[in-house]
Amino acid sequence: MKLELKRDGTVLTVQISGELDLSTSPAFRSRVEEELGHNQEIAHLVLDLQETSFVDSSGLGAILGRYKTIAQRNGKLTAVNVPPHLQRLFELSGLTKVMTICPSLEEAQNFD
Amino acid sequence: MKENYLHVSFPSLSENVSLSRVIVASFAAQLDFTLNELEEIRVATSEAVSNCVIHAYPDQPGEVRLELKIKDDTLMIKVIDEGCGIEDLELARTPAYSSNPERMGLGLVFMESFMDEMTIESQPQKGTQVLMVKRPERSKNGNHDGQ
Repeated sequence: MKLELKRDGTVLTVQISGELDLSTSPAFRSRVEEELGHNQEIAHLVLDLQETSFVDSSGLGAILGRYKTIAQRNGKLTAVNVPPHLQRLFELSGLTKVMTICPSLEEAQNFD
Repeated sequence: MKENYLHVSFPSLSENVSLSRVIVASFAAQLDFTLNELEEIRVATSEAVSNCVIHAYPDQPGEVRLELKIKDDTLMIKVIDEGCGIEDLELARTPAYSSNPERMGLGLVFMESFMDEMTIESQPQKGTQVLMVKRPERSKNGNHDGQ
């Protein structure tokens, strides 16, 4: 798994390439939490899943954990470029109750 | 489809979860599963093997046995450990039950949702055996034209 983090004002966009599972979710958690910890002005988290090939319940748990941090800052969690198989997993898990799925990155990054 | 099987053993390391997904998906591809069904099999396998890493052997790695079988157009996946076992199976099967806030307690839910059958046998301090069964939808409908 490869992560690319981009901060723009109050929005942190994380591009996840590869698989988010038991083996890789600790790196996702620590990298995103580190960025959130260093930048208290970040309120919103956008996950770009275009290059995400696999997610299981370990990955979903890691995403939900970051939502908890963002929610404490009254921010929003958004996912973009969600492949169909992941969309189904998000719906089945109930994650879509707290995570908005957006068709485009531009739309997701607009929190005005 | 002729009867076929594959047995592999590996230590319960998180690095081996993705390896188990690749093995099972490659084996399953011998049947007429759709890409969507193969994805479901990958998720179910990932959950079963992850459970061995997290729950069966929480302190140090132990052996995980993966036994795959194809018979009569049906895929059977057995994931066997000799770890600490499950004290309360009913509780473990409860959706969203998890002992860890970073986890969603959805592993067994996904295994049940994505496979046709899922049974767990477990004995505390002796181990757990998970059996998951799936048939391609196209075989169930009697459609063998590969469409």
